[in-house]
Amino acid sequence: MAEITVRRTPGSRRRGKPSTTWPIHALLIVAVVFMVVPFVWQLLTVFKTTAEVTRIPPTILPADFSLHSFETFFSTVPFWSMFAVSAGSLVLRVAGQIVVAALAGYAFARIPFRGSKVLFGLFIVMLMVPSQLFLIGQFELIRDMKLLDTLPALAIPGLFSAFGTFLMRQAFLTMPGDYEEAARLDGANTFQVFWYVMLPMARPMLAALAVLTGLYSWNDLLWPLIVSPSGENRPLPVGLAGLQGQFGTDYPTLMAGALVCSIPLVIVFLVLQRQFFAGIASSGLKG
Amino acid sequence: MTNVATKPVRRPTGRRTGVSKPSGWWALAFIAPATIGLVALYVWPFLSTLMKSFQDVPAFGPATFVGIENYTTLIGDGDFWKAFGNSALYTAIILLGIPLAVVLAALIEQVGRGRAIYRVLFFLPVVTLPVAIGMVWRFIYNGDFGLLNYVLSWFGVDGQFWVADPRFTIYAFGVVGIWMGLGINLIILGAGLQAIPKALYEASALDGAGRVRQFFHITVPLLSPSIFFVTILSVIAALQMFDLLFIMLRGVNNTALTDSKTIVYLFYEKAFVQFDQGYGAAIAIVLLMVIMIATAVQFRLQRSWVFYG
Repeated sequence: MAEITVRRTPGSRRRGKPSTTWPIHALLIVAVVFMVVPFVWQLLTVFKTTAEVTRIPPTILPADFSLHSFETFFSTVPFWSMFAVSAGSLVLRVAGQIVVAALAGYAFARIPFRGSKVLFGLFIVMLMVPSQLFLIGQFELIRDMKLLDTLPALAIPGLFSAFGTFLMRQAFLTMPGDYEEAARLDGANTFQVFWYVMLPMARPMLAALAVLTGLYSWNDLLWPLIVSPSGENRPLPVGLAGLQGQFGTDYPTLMAGALVCSIPLVIVFLVLQRQFFAGIASSGLKG
Repeated sequence: MTNVATKPVRRPTGRRTGVSKPSGWWALAFIAPATIGLVALYVWPFLSTLMKSFQDVPAFGPATFVGIENYTTLIGDGDFWKAFGNSALYTAIILLGIPLAVVLAALIEQVGRGRAIYRVLFFLPVVTLPVAIGMVWRFIYNGDFGLLNYVLSWFGVDGQFWVADPRFTIYAFGVVGIWMGLGINLIILGAGLQAIPKALYEASALDGAGRVRQFFHITVPLLSPSIFFVTILSVIAALQMFDLLFIMLRGVNNTALTDSKTIVYLFYEKAFVQFDQGYGAAIAIVLLMVIMIATAVQFRLQRSWVFYG
């Protein structure tokens, strides 16, 4: 499929006029250089010594491949515990949100009940309110539940998502009703119909929602900052921000930390590219 | 198709009287978790923020109703207006990234082999921790030994303290913001481009239209709904910018920090550092209004430029 569309796009080839794509590549490569230079510079810096980094004019290539930055980073920062907090809260949040949103989305799309429209309207209204408006109340709730500085605190608000509910409702709305009816005739109850018949068909949308929620959970700084006042059970973004305060000018260590903390998600992205792109394209979530 | 035999039997009984049509109880069970969560963690916090914006909420002790005092203080608060201006400027800079994204998306669409690689490379910043991005760019912007000043020196341009000098801070952030958001915009615009019928390009090429003309007369008008969507999202995200500022201004001299706060940063500082939640709540409500007005204005303006086939 992809092959066919790819071949056809240049369009002009058919009319015999030579299709020249090299100017396009040239322009794109210039743009790509701007995209990757910060990463390349980060990589080069990681292998330099602090003394080399502060040299004027700067050196481009590291003079002697030093791994000192990684040593400093891993010996001063509890990376693995931060990673565990980040990964744990992500799994909790993604799994919880998918189940909660799929259940509600299914009911809104497929089970007629009184007040359905009004209730769904409430979800839509909350969808449009920026997240900062909820922070004070969410913080108070977490604090009153004595959950500050815990892993559940990081995940709890994200278990519930008006956006996720909306996305799942859309997915279930577009499905044909025949399967449901057939399953029901075979004696399945509503939950069985949902779980065994409809949910598997919603898999692409579930994957998109999982990826978006995971991305947001992994990157989020403001909420973890608010609910981990003591600094215990910090996820990676908070720990990394702390590193910036601690090693203000030790750039190789800072760059190494930034690199190590970012790599897990980059790997996940490289494996699940299609789900990432589908998730972004289907919803356009930002920030 | 396979249901042909059963359908005529079921039809007359109507939709409501099936063997085990879901009852309201099922709906309740399905919806309860999401609704309880929504009310406890979204609806109630929203209402409580709204109420607090009319109260004086000391860090300890009971809150008192003060009417619109928080808002009148806000109007007279130079820091707020500065933050408002910074958020507006940052958002304006981010908007400049949209034409860039449209051109790049169109270019990528023209590429056959290699399209996937471009997409991945442009998307990398989206999957990199924003905190990490802030750290890397802060190093690049460093006035003494940053890469940017070094490159500028090749062209005889004097280096600057791009982050620490408040004259440049927001612009420096804006560049990073465009760089970070490009990947998402390209995916959304790319999906829009796929929907444009290829026949239009073929027909116009027969009429002698070159690529540039095709871009302005076919691509841009037919892509305008996607461009509009991307604009709406970008503005909302830009008005909520926090991470970059938090990480890039950490420990930087005081002038740059006080001069470069955004609305959300001010909100964070008031509500969660100084624990003046009444005032913080008022800032949050104003942020909501700013976002609503900005979005409404764009919906108004779209009538004149968005083309729905």
